[in-house]
Amino acid sequence: MATIDIRSVRKSYAQTEVIKGIDCAIADGEFLVMLGPSGCGKSTLLRMVAGLEPITKGEIAIGGRVVNDLEPKDRNIAMVFQNYALYPHMSVYENMAYGLKIKGMPKAEIDAAVKEAARILELGPFLDRKPRQLSGGQRQRVAMGRAIVRKPQVFLFDEPLSNLDAKLRTQMRVEIKRLQSQLAVTSLYVTHDQVEAMTLADRIMVMNAGVAEQVGTPLEVYRRPASTFVAGFIGAPAMNFMPGRMGADGRSVGVDGGLSFTLAEGAAAAGRPVTLGVRPEHLHPANEIPDATTIALRVELVEALGADTVVHGRIEGTSGPILARLPGTARVAIGDVLPLAPAPGELHLFDAETGRRMAA
Amino acid sequence: MQRRVIFDDKLLPYLLLFPQVAVTLVFFIWPALQAVWQSTQLQDVFGLSTQFVWFENYTAVLTDPGYVGSIRVTAIFAASVTGLSMGLALLFAVMADANIRGREAYQALLIWPYALAPAVAAVLWLFIFHPQIGMVGRTLNQAGVPWDYKLNNGQALSLVILASAWKQVSYNFIFFLAALQSIPKSVIEAAAIDGAGPRRRFFTIQFPLIAPTSFFLLIVNVTYAFFDTFGVIHALTQGGPGTATSTLIYNVYKAGMVAQDLGGSAAQSVILMAFVIALTAVQFRFVERRVHYG
Amino acid sequence: MIARRSWTDAIPHLVLILGVAVFAFPIYVALVGSTWDAGTIGRGRLPLVPGPDGWANYDQALFGDRGGRISYVPVSQMMWNSFVMAMVITVGKIVISLLSAYAVAFFRFPGRMVFFWMIFITLMLPVEVRIVPTFEVISDLGMVNTFAGLTVPLIASATATLLFRQFFLTIPDELVEAAKIDGAGPMRFFFDVVLPLSRTNIAALFVILFIYGWNQYLWPLLVTSTREMETIVIGITKMLGTSDAQTDWNLIMATTILALLPPVAVVIAMMRTFVKGLVDGDK
Repeated sequence: MATIDIRSVRKSYAQTEVIKGIDCAIADGEFLVMLGPSGCGKSTLLRMVAGLEPITKGEIAIGGRVVNDLEPKDRNIAMVFQNYALYPHMSVYENMAYGLKIKGMPKAEIDAAVKEAARILELGPFLDRKPRQLSGGQRQRVAMGRAIVRKPQVFLFDEPLSNLDAKLRTQMRVEIKRLQSQLAVTSLYVTHDQVEAMTLADRIMVMNAGVAEQVGTPLEVYRRPASTFVAGFIGAPAMNFMPGRMGADGRSVGVDGGLSFTLAEGAAAAGRPVTLGVRPEHLHPANEIPDATTIALRVELVEALGADTVVHGRIEGTSGPILARLPGTARVAIGDVLPLAPAPGELHLFDAETGRRMAA
Repeated sequence: MQRRVIFDDKLLPYLLLFPQVAVTLVFFIWPALQAVWQSTQLQDVFGLSTQFVWFENYTAVLTDPGYVGSIRVTAIFAASVTGLSMGLALLFAVMADANIRGREAYQALLIWPYALAPAVAAVLWLFIFHPQIGMVGRTLNQAGVPWDYKLNNGQALSLVILASAWKQVSYNFIFFLAALQSIPKSVIEAAAIDGAGPRRRFFTIQFPLIAPTSFFLLIVNVTYAFFDTFGVIHALTQGGPGTATSTLIYNVYKAGMVAQDLGGSAAQSVILMAFVIALTAVQFRFVERRVHYG
Repeated sequence: MIARRSWTDAIPHLVLILGVAVFAFPIYVALVGSTWDAGTIGRGRLPLVPGPDGWANYDQALFGDRGGRISYVPVSQMMWNSFVMAMVITVGKIVISLLSAYAVAFFRFPGRMVFFWMIFITLMLPVEVRIVPTFEVISDLGMVNTFAGLTVPLIASATATLLFRQFFLTIPDELVEAAKIDGAGPMRFFFDVVLPLSRTNIAALFVILFIYGWNQYLWPLLVTSTREMETIVIGITKMLGTSDAQTDWNLIMATTILALLPPVAVVIAMMRTFVKGLVDGDK
């Protein structure tokens, strides 16, 4: 068990900087998910913790010990790879035992450790099989088993579920969560799938273009996104954004199309260009929300998903599309004009220039 | 091209490369440079002194009617061996590719001659075409057809071509069959639905699709005819009668090892080297294209 | 499935049977020739069926001294020479190609591309085009009439190196990383992972190279001058001599059969591996 400290870590390849200074302290036993689009640097950061990429600048410490110059094998970590990276010519047993064998652990101890991992992961009947004789989910479990037997201080997961089909992914997600809380090993988990992130994480680090946009619990990240990027990345369908300007009172925002929304609290100087955000699920029929600004949404497309109905439309006089997520019982047709209003306290205000959050 | 993930030992890669590089330097690159150097030297008859003569050896070689003759012999020889062995191999491969029973058995029976040494192939054919004791050679002579490959230029050349081509068919067959079998059945079925008959399907679908293989084999066969058939010629005719079967390779050997004409042999070597380099360059341009063909 | 007509079905069989016959015929005749006495063959009256002298012919070829006409080396000795030559060339080529391909594929170091090209250009320098200077190197090193001279100059291999390198490039990066995390260094990774994964390639290459080694002609012709070092392929053509009616055709044919047996046996035993390796590798 150990803490992980990432201090001002940077990574450059030749002229290009791909990690632009990241700080994060991960508590003992914590499950931190690094979430972001492809190319945001999340895998690179993970690989630097693993010791598979050199650290250009800054420090990484595991359990209080700076590991910058340590080989992967000396960092007391275990890693689960996206394509499992099982040794194809070794049996399940040999795959799990290989690292321990190299460490020079006595045979009896290896055997006990492998059998124990196989028991936890229900791999007992497959120990003599080769990876190619296993299903995707079973291979995934072997990869986890290989990580478990090492009894590491830290688990590193590099998109471990993205090669599985949707059903298996849900199942393995639950299994990973169960395993991690059972073993209470500090874990770093890289994914681009926000559902994985929301369900697995104690905290999520949302990354974009080499910086950590926000680190917070899943609900914090959802409720108080720190930037337009986070706000747009978390939540499906994505948050609606409307460009606008602070009103003279410093509490209302006038957006394109002539509408004006009043915020719960004052936030910025009058006249400042801002971006107003509201999530599709927070737009409700106007008659349910008294005293709110009404949006007249002209419906262009209706997606009936069963539980919900997602409506794509446009406010008269503006160009950007607006999405609303209504109950599945809503009767909506293309061409309707729906009066909608944001739920109280669910408006998000961002600086138009920096994209940073300004107020609730 | 390079892997993304590597090991970063400093000394180890050099140790790993050492044996290969040592053998390459000592037995390949050094002798090749020697050949280039010797090709500009003229040695007196007693081997006592040598003299730098620029390109005199080359002029001597290229104006020697014997050498020019051997270029002609080599061209006929290479074209015949390549055409004969590739043509037969393609025929067999198309037949074996047809959906018939026992394909595997035929394949097995046609493949093994690959394992024969060219010189052994030569002896096998000699035993059949020997003018006195050979089953076919003797029969020909008895039937009034004069047959003696030791006296008749055309017959000698025909025999070395036959033996050389015979041995190479299996190699070509393996590649043609693999190429034909790698064509997806659906493509051929689509052509059948489009109304193409078997003959038309072969010429418009299969043949163009195996063109890369054919081209590759063309290069391999020319190389084979140039270099690997030395054994056939040395065993069967020793380049004779006269110079009727003296290919370029046989000439280099004769000039260097028998006549001890170092400068001339070296000049011939360098000319052949240039030829191989050209051939390899063509082959590798082609291999790169092949990547796109999948 | 494309509809077929029954009469066209017969054509492929016909052509292939004819082809197989043409291929098998010379071998069959040699086999028959090796079972009759020299006199029968010398009179040009070789029957089409095996004769009674097979046992005696093979026994004499393998172990005899040929009745004192010329002092021959027994074929068993030649076969041993050929076998040693083929095995050293095969194993040598595979080992040094594996090592150098591993260096080129798994390391980054100054001069990597120089070495790569140096190995690559050996493709363009077959022994046939540099006969005399190569022979001079061998004789300067005192390697004439030795197994070392017979084999070492042939064990550099650009083809095998390129083949292995290409295969090594397909080994997933994650496998290397998993090994690093498991604590395996480069040599451990080579022996525990790379080598076992290369098994199929090595097997296919073994067949191809064994045949290559066994069938060598020009090189043994140059570097061996004593009877004791003669390989079987060279031995046969030396036996031909003037190849007149008085030649010991029965013994030559027995020797020929013995010369083609080992490589043919290897091909037949490993047909599948060999075909796959040849087609995949020789591009």
